[in-house]
Amino acid sequence: MSNPQLIMYDEEFKQINVVLDKLLREANAKVIFLVDKNGQLITGCGETERFDTTSLASLTAGNIAATGGLAKLIGEKEFSILFHEGEKDNLHISIVAGRVILVVLFDTRSSLGLVRLRVKKASEELTAIFNRLLQKNEEKEKSGDSEFPFAEITDDDIDNLFS
Amino acid sequence: MSFINYASREINCKIVYYGPGLCGKTTNLQYVYQKTAADAKGKMISLATETERTLFFDFLPLALGEIRGFKTRFHLYTVPGQVFYDASRKLILKGVDGVVFVADSQEERMDANIESVENLRINLIEQGYDLDKIPYVVQYNKRDLPNVVSVEELRRELNPTNVPDFEACATTGEGVFETLKAIAKLILFDLKKGK
Repeated sequence: MSNPQLIMYDEEFKQINVVLDKLLREANAKVIFLVDKNGQLITGCGETERFDTTSLASLTAGNIAATGGLAKLIGEKEFSILFHEGEKDNLHISIVAGRVILVVLFDTRSSLGLVRLRVKKASEELTAIFNRLLQKNEEKEKSGDSEFPFAEITDDDIDNLFS
Repeated sequence: MSFINYASREINCKIVYYGPGLCGKTTNLQYVYQKTAADAKGKMISLATETERTLFFDFLPLALGEIRGFKTRFHLYTVPGQVFYDASRKLILKGVDGVVFVADSQEERMDANIESVENLRINLIEQGYDLDKIPYVVQYNKRDLPNVVSVEELRRELNPTNVPDFEACATTGEGVFETLKAIAKLILFDLKKGK
């Protein structure tokens, strides 16, 4: 499969949040969130309650996918950074480790230059964490040690979801 | 593919509604949106043209509840049905966990249905998926209209592998939740197998 399932564990989740919190402070950003390329929100920090992060995640992934389509049409592999400038708020979107999307929302308290600089550093740290995570996913899959929560799922469990 | 988060105990799955233009994909999502309790749904997003045709996708996040301590979320997407939006359809199939094919039961739309299923199969292959292996259900929509093809014929043309199929009228909601429940069930059973 071109895009295998992503499984997130406690340890890496905490490490990711530490990197994002640091980036939030150092870039003077309002909100930062991390999205799977399929549009699923991985985590976020900052003023997340003020925004509809689920929708932002889905539209960001759609945006990255569409931009990726544009890149291919002109012979590029992908555009790794997107920037959207608004009157007050701006979005800096970048691809990390080839498979997740880092979104930084900032206003006039910060600047594009500062955000770019800090995102670059954070991306390196996030890439290292995601590489470890993917390796862990692979190892667990190979050893059959998946501790999979749905292994014992029943028809009734599923029916109850719709009741 | 689905995203399982052990840290926040959540599982997210992506369902895509596919089918020819004007078959009722967006109407399916609108009905689900209307009938779902406010605390279980997110905002429905529709990226449509001025004439209300889907331009890129519709999106509806649904939180259905917990299974074995994990919050289960389904992200429902539609694709634009019109033939010339093929590039968008390919993008939306990325990372899909299950597909609902919405067929238009009207006689004059049979060719469009067949073309759309073929298009689905080809676009899935491009993303590395096989329609015969992923969770897949078919919905025969618009059963309330006078000029419809019989279900037997629809089944013969559009569902040769005999996946679960449902008669529906998305405007009144008939068959809408049955279809959604069936695809969600197939996805969860697929997950159970650890795919």
